[in-house]
This record gives sequence, C-alpha cells and structure tokens, in this order.
Amino acid sequence: MNAIWTIALKEFRDALRNRWILAASLLLALLALSLAFVGTAPVGNVDVSMMQVTAVSLASLSVFLVPLIALMLSYDTIVGEIERGSMLLLLTYPVSRWQIIFGKFLGHTMILSVATIVGYGSAGCLIAYNAEFTSLDDALIFISLIVTTILLGSAFISLGYLLSVIVKERATAIGLAVAVWLFFVLLYDMAVLGALVVDQGENMKADFVNLLLLFNPADSFRLLNLTGFDAMAALSGMSSIAGRAILPPEFALFALASWITLPLLISGYIFSRKEI
Amino acid sequence: MTITTKNNSICLNKVSKWYPSHKAVTDIDLEVPEGCLMALVGHNGAGKTTLMKLILGLIQPTSGSLSILGKNPGDRSVFKYREGIGFLPENISFDANMTGRELITFFSRLKQVNRSRSLELLEMVGLADAMDRRFKTYSKGMKQRLGLAQALLGKPRLLLLDEPTSGLDPAARHHFYDIIRELRQDGATILLCSHVLTELEAQTDAVTIMNSGRVVASGSLDDLRVQAGLPLSMRITVKEGMSEQIASPLRAQQATITKLNGRHLELECDPQSKMKLLRHLSELGSDVEDVELFNSSLDQLYAVFSDRKGA
Repeated sequence: MNAIWTIALKEFRDALRNRWILAASLLLALLALSLAFVGTAPVGNVDVSMMQVTAVSLASLSVFLVPLIALMLSYDTIVGEIERGSMLLLLTYPVSRWQIIFGKFLGHTMILSVATIVGYGSAGCLIAYNAEFTSLDDALIFISLIVTTILLGSAFISLGYLLSVIVKERATAIGLAVAVWLFFVLLYDMAVLGALVVDQGENMKADFVNLLLLFNPADSFRLLNLTGFDAMAALSGMSSIAGRAILPPEFALFALASWITLPLLISGYIFSRKEI
Repeated sequence: MTITTKNNSICLNKVSKWYPSHKAVTDIDLEVPEGCLMALVGHNGAGKTTLMKLILGLIQPTSGSLSILGKNPGDRSVFKYREGIGFLPENISFDANMTGRELITFFSRLKQVNRSRSLELLEMVGLADAMDRRFKTYSKGMKQRLGLAQALLGKPRLLLLDEPTSGLDPAARHHFYDIIRELRQDGATILLCSHVLTELEAQTDAVTIMNSGRVVASGSLDDLRVQAGLPLSMRITVKEGMSEQIASPLRAQQATITKLNGRHLELECDPQSKMKLLRHLSELGSDVEDVELFNSSLDQLYAVFSDRKGA
C-alpha cells in the first residue's frame, strides 16, 4: 500500500509541477462559466434554474472533453516511461508491477478529480452566487455531475492504460487514443442510431438500446446524468428515452464502474507479464 | 533444477535469451561470489545489458536458470529481495520536472530508506548544492551521479552498474572509484559493465569478456593472461653500446627482441620464463641500468578474447 501511495503522490506532484492540473482546471472552469453565462442567455428569465441548465449543457460537453483529457493523461504513462528508460529502473525496486499500475491510476484519478472539482466546483459556486435562489436539488445535480464526470474520466484513464501496455511505441498509443476517443464519443452512437434507423424499430426494442448504451462509458455517463434526475431528463430532451427506460441509474453506475475496473485489471495483467 | 548459491551473489546456469529476431545471449554460465567485483566487458551488442536485465528479472530466460542473492529473479512473488539490489542503468532518465531531492526521496520511500540517509547520499556523490534544481537542468555527469546515489540507497548487497563512469569527469571518476572501494569494504558484490578498461584493472577481482552473446573468457586478470597466452613485454636500458652484446644470450632463452638500439632493447617472452630472464639480467651487474615490465593490459586481453567466438 505504501508503494502505491508513493507512486500516486509522485504522479500528482509531477502534474502540479508541469501545470497540468492548473491547465485542466482552468479549461473546465472556463467551459462551465461560459456555458452558464453565455449559453443560458437565450433562455431569458424563465422559470428554470440556471444551475440545472448549466449542468445539462456541461454534461453534454463533458462527454467530449473529459475523455480526451483523461486519455491524454494516461495514454503514455507506461509506454512513455518504458521509452524514456525510467521504467527500467523503477522495476528494479521492490515494487510489484500491480503496485505501479494501481499507484499511477490512483495518482491520475486524483489529478483528474482535483481538476474537475476545482474547475466545475468553482464555476458552480459562481453560478450559485449569481443566482437568486439555489435549491438543494440544484446543488445535488451539480455535485452528481462532478462525481460522474470523475467516474467518466477514470474509465478513460483506465482505457488509456490498456493502450499504454499493449503498444510498443508511444506514437502508436497516441493514434490509438484518438481512435478510442472517436469510437466511444462519436462513432458508437452513430452506429447505434444507424442500426435503429435501418431496423425501423422492429427488432431493437427500447430496453435493448438501453443495454447497448451500457457498453459505452460515455453513454453510461449520459444515461446517469441526463436521466438520473427528472428535471435533467426534461431539460435534456432525454425524457422520451428516460420515460421508456427500464434501466435504473444503478445499471449505468455499475457499467461505469466496470469500465473503470476491467481495463485497469487487464492492463495490470498484461503489464505484469510484459518483458521490458 | 536447483543450484547451490551459498556463497554466490549471482549464479547463472546455462542461461540463454533468444528473441525471435536474434539470439541475445547463449549458454551463459556465470558465478560471482559474494564480495567480488566482477567487470563485464564486451562490444556494444555483446549481450551485457541483456545479461543485466536477466539478473534483474526484467526479462525471462529462454532456457537455463539463475539465482540472484539466493532468489530466482523471475519469480514475481518474491520482489522484496530487490531491496538488496542497487542498479544504475546505462541511460539514466527521471521525470524532468522533479528536483534531485524529490527524486531521491521518491526512490528512498520505495526502498524504505529514511530520508536523511538519502540526502546524505546526495551529498556523498556531490549533488548537495544542486538537489533543489530540476532534473532537466542537470548535466550528464550530474544525472549520472544522481543515478549512482539512488543505486546506493539502502546499502545494497549487490550492485549492478551499467557504464557507471560515462559522462563523469576525471575527478568525479576518481571519486566514484573511492565510493566503490568503500562499498567493497562493506562486503557488497559488484557487477560492473564498462568500456573504459584501463581504470578497471586496479579494482577488479575478476573479468568476464562477452562476445556476440557468449562468455568468451572469465576469471581473474592473471588467469586471463595465462589463457590469452600473450607474451610479456620487457624494456631494458643498458650501458651505451652494450645492447647487442646483451641481446644475443637472451635470444637463446626464447625471448624475441622487438626493438634494439644503442641504449635500449625491448623484448617479448613467455610469462613463465620471466623470472629466469630477470635472474640472468641481474647477473650482468651494472651493464643493465633499468628493467621495466609490461603486463598485458585489459585492453590487450579484451582485444584477444573479443575476436574469439564463443568458448
């Protein structure tokens, strides 16, 4: 445990040092604030909570941005260190390869969590400060957005590790990271939509489509955020799906947790058998 | 297969590592007794680094068995034994943005060495003034010294040093050999890869010469000299004009005269007949003014053995 923590702290310190955390926090905060103060302008003064509207927009944008940040953070963590030669030395220390993987994961999750909490959190506070009234529900929605964003990011960190242990060169990992991002964030949904159009609703029932969404961490995140709360569902236009949804949020949560743990475990397994 | 490892820190038994593309090392037998300083020399690509990786358990042998500090390095469940091993890789590389102090602290935590000891080590290698600078600002020599400091963490019983003096200036190099001497007094076993052969001579107990993945020669310097069968060179200074007179009886004793002029003659002889020749020379009294002996250097031995294919 001690070794895991030591490695995690080093990753975290390194990200602080090279201003990674600062950059990511600023990016997320700017995104949230611009959505809050620019994006909600057309809504005007209707009876909708600014917090909730922002949360919905943020959730839709997080799906694109956070996986990208997470993959950038993780794709070269193993292959990069092998290429630079620092892994060679680390492996001669009394540390198991599982401890290295878990330590790095812990560190990277901490980095992403701090960036998300600082970025979205500060934006959330500013919005609450400017709004006339913030209900407990509003706060809960925003907090759940932050928590699920961290989960989404962790799932892609975990996927990034998988890339990082299977490739032989850093350049391959970059290419694959882009492909993974494109696949889960864009192509998967298009494929599901395409299948639905072709099928004309004959064989693919709503619960089957819901099930398909669980096989994508980004969609699991969408399901959690956009249908988890009734208010969010209404705002996001997902109510039509949510209304028919048989799957409770626990399923999406479970799917996301699996997307975090399985790639991580597979990476650990491959890494512990890899020859450096 | 079990191998006896009672007094050997490193024990390799017919170890081979073959990659699909090439045979990195083949049938290596190597024993390094506890407390011994073994130098590993060979061309680039002779398999030295592969051998180091095998010893460290970073790669698994294709065949054969090895035992390091009494443990099989391929057995992942016993990684704790690595606390007793220090390793200095050939190309030292750390996170560029960390300071020397942070890096040594990181490694000392992994080895469970207390912090003050690790800072002492930084002082010992002469990095005390630079420990709060970032690693990327370090010169090659400083990087190398930081690498050495981390290898010395936790008083390792076995040190594996891959090109430890590359990038060090002569003073630092000298200092490095002082450190090595101290470690040996504490009983550490050292396996050292180097291209710089001459400065190794005074330090090593044994030398292993590798060529294209095989051990071509192994033993103490004296053993190797005998094995190599290189002649002993001698340079004799004599009184003016006496050289020819002195040279002719020497020729009769199987000495080959390689150079001859008025005051000097140089000859090569079989190492075994050295004493006989010296006795003969001393009988000549004041005609012989000086005798210098040149043992074949590690460089010469290396040249002889590295041309031979696997032993």
